[in-house]
Amino acid sequence: MCLAIPARIVELDQDKAVVDAMGNRWKAKTTLLPEVKLGDIVLVHAGFAISLVDEEEAKKTWDLFAEIEDFENTQNKVSG
Amino acid sequence: MTSDPERILLAHGGGGQLMSRLIHERILPRFQNETLSELADAACLTLPPGQVCFTTDSYVVKPLFFRGGDIGKLAVCGTVNDLAVSGARPLALSLALIIEEGLELAVLDRILQSISDAAVSNGVRIVTGDTKTVERGSADGIFINTAGIGVRLPNVELGLSKIQAGDRILVSGTMGDHGMTIVSQREGIRFESQLESDCAGLAELTCRLFENAPGIRFMRDPTRGGLAATLNEIVEGSRLSVEIGEAEIPVRPEVRAAADMLGFDVLNAANEGKFVAVVSAGAADECLRICRDHPLGANARIIGEVVPMRDAPLVEMRTKIGGRRIVQMPYGRELPRIC
Amino acid sequence: MLDRIDRARRTIDEACRSVGRQITVMEVCGTHTVSIFRSGIRSLLPERLKLLSGPGCPVCVTDQGYIDAVMHLADRDDCLIATYGDMIRVPGSDGSLETRAVRGNVRVVLSSEDALQLARDNPNKSVVFIAVGFETTAPATAVVVKEAAAEGIENFFVLSGHKLVLPAMRALLGGMNDRVDAFLCPGHVSVIIGWGAFAEIVADYGRPCVVAGFEPVQIVEALAEICRQLAAGKPELRSLYGAVVTEKGNLAAQRIIAECFEPVDGYWRGLGKIAASTLALREQYKRFDAFERFGLAAGPGREIPGCRCGEVLCGLIDPVECPLFASQCTPQAPIGPCMVSSEGTCSAWFKYGRRT
Repeated sequence: MCLAIPARIVELDQDKAVVDAMGNRWKAKTTLLPEVKLGDIVLVHAGFAISLVDEEEAKKTWDLFAEIEDFENTQNKVSG
Repeated sequence: MTSDPERILLAHGGGGQLMSRLIHERILPRFQNETLSELADAACLTLPPGQVCFTTDSYVVKPLFFRGGDIGKLAVCGTVNDLAVSGARPLALSLALIIEEGLELAVLDRILQSISDAAVSNGVRIVTGDTKTVERGSADGIFINTAGIGVRLPNVELGLSKIQAGDRILVSGTMGDHGMTIVSQREGIRFESQLESDCAGLAELTCRLFENAPGIRFMRDPTRGGLAATLNEIVEGSRLSVEIGEAEIPVRPEVRAAADMLGFDVLNAANEGKFVAVVSAGAADECLRICRDHPLGANARIIGEVVPMRDAPLVEMRTKIGGRRIVQMPYGRELPRIC
Repeated sequence: MLDRIDRARRTIDEACRSVGRQITVMEVCGTHTVSIFRSGIRSLLPERLKLLSGPGCPVCVTDQGYIDAVMHLADRDDCLIATYGDMIRVPGSDGSLETRAVRGNVRVVLSSEDALQLARDNPNKSVVFIAVGFETTAPATAVVVKEAAAEGIENFFVLSGHKLVLPAMRALLGGMNDRVDAFLCPGHVSVIIGWGAFAEIVADYGRPCVVAGFEPVQIVEALAEICRQLAAGKPELRSLYGAVVTEKGNLAAQRIIAECFEPVDGYWRGLGKIAASTLALREQYKRFDAFERFGLAAGPGREIPGCRCGEVLCGLIDPVECPLFASQCTPQAPIGPCMVSSEGTCSAWFKYGRRT
């Protein structure tokens, strides 16, 4: 489903970028966001960055993902 | 001046000199055991007492090599795991190779070494085998079939009919790792990532469970179709329903992110080093403890419970926002979606 | 997050009681459909709030004529079909791309760029990109058309099935389903066209329009805002996807769409012919138009007997009301596209919740 996760631009050569989301890296084109620069966070859809994403907002989405990693600390007992 | 890499020829499967050399130079030395070295038409084994379990699987994974494993490791662990979740201690495997003409011998060597390493670390011997070659274009490099024999541990009684309302559903660790890793490396989808297959043999852990925790009703490894398929098989077969909590299901962040990006459902993604177990409520805590004490069960969780069926056997999930939805049996291949 | 959900639910409950009758909200975005089902949002809403899935799935609204054109091209020996995964299982009058895939000339691509690359890599074949999607994906197609033009590539073609959301919303309100009280507006389309584009719906039809993100909590909050507006009797336009959607949208994307495409009359499954609702390649890019090159026409095509996808799309019936749903029409053996596309209403209902 085209749930584009915010991804950070980690490589940029004209309009050819590599973006990173939670350690996964994809190629994306930034043709539709000519003002974008290295380090910016973007929403990628169908291989194209279509919007800039606010750092705060991106962090919130990424946190939602990372929060699942906290297995050890959760009470996961039948009796609990 | 470089020479062409040595490759498999059709003659390697012809039963003559080339095949003999292949077996003696590349295969036998890697699987050091008396039974195999006899190269008899059949391996004759004396098994310890107990019920014999027998399984087979064929491996056709593409790409042949991926982060966390390869087709060889998969061929051993997959069959070991089928025996493991049946409550057996795996003992011996057969190994049948169908090799495509043109496969580089160096690639074959790597795969054979993986098979050997996996066999050793899982405590199984490759006791018999077969090698065939097929014309270029007929086999994606190599297809492997392994059949495995094991002996069931005493007092193990498993079956869908043993499942009761009130039983708990336990998963041994994070879901979707293997499936998403393979997808990430497929032609056309390739992306760089830290995703890694969870390919591993579970027999040591399962044996520990069966030896120390009574009350295990059923166990399965959620390979193709993932957790969703296994849970649906459980409800269909037991004529009960299952309720799970989305927040309880352990998933690595990068796996979830990759799945969302491609439009896949983590619940449908394959696992090659995990099991799903249905255990009695009384045994659940102990099973969890035993799992978490073992490296392959470190992220084990109780994800839900078995409940009486209402109008139909269903797998229902409490979502992270407190809603409810049904988890259906996945249908066929997942394809990456854009819209 | 659960606090936000609770607050939103309370607002929805109060507003629904205050309005005193059934409220019908339509979402017009395939991704919203799936997010709503996946997170079980419907199970959290009061009976009075009916959430309809409208024509938000671009594959579902694609008419049979377009689909048959795709199959025709896939049957040609000189063509390589490049398509998003969404289209693979959609049934034509005779099989799908999946059944044709054994011939080896159908490739799934994640991006229009991959399709163009296929053309570069296969100079002896005509590569046809199956360009479906709303305003979100149209810019991606436009970019590669321009690249193909700049490079002088002659074996790349686009079968444009791009559709526009606003004409569909107007058609819905204008005749097909004027019982819709409000719209949950699409997030990604809004990124491109800007949330301001929906002002005309509020102004001309007096319906609240709220743009929501895709996280379940964002959707529930958007529903709360809609309900609040309905209870207050004051329809407004609001975007709750502030971090990503602007009022004017992505101007570069809009410019490139306008440069390469023009809106023409088009056929929509379920909605019939809608004026200026489909994108066709402009004259200066006509040489890339697959319809032209292969002598095909997009049109209503042959009806699939018994299939009620059209009514499902317009929100006139729920999937369960279609006699074929889950009996003859299943994801394993789909009859209409609503069951095939992962975001098709019927597919989402089948996968995530047969029960209401």
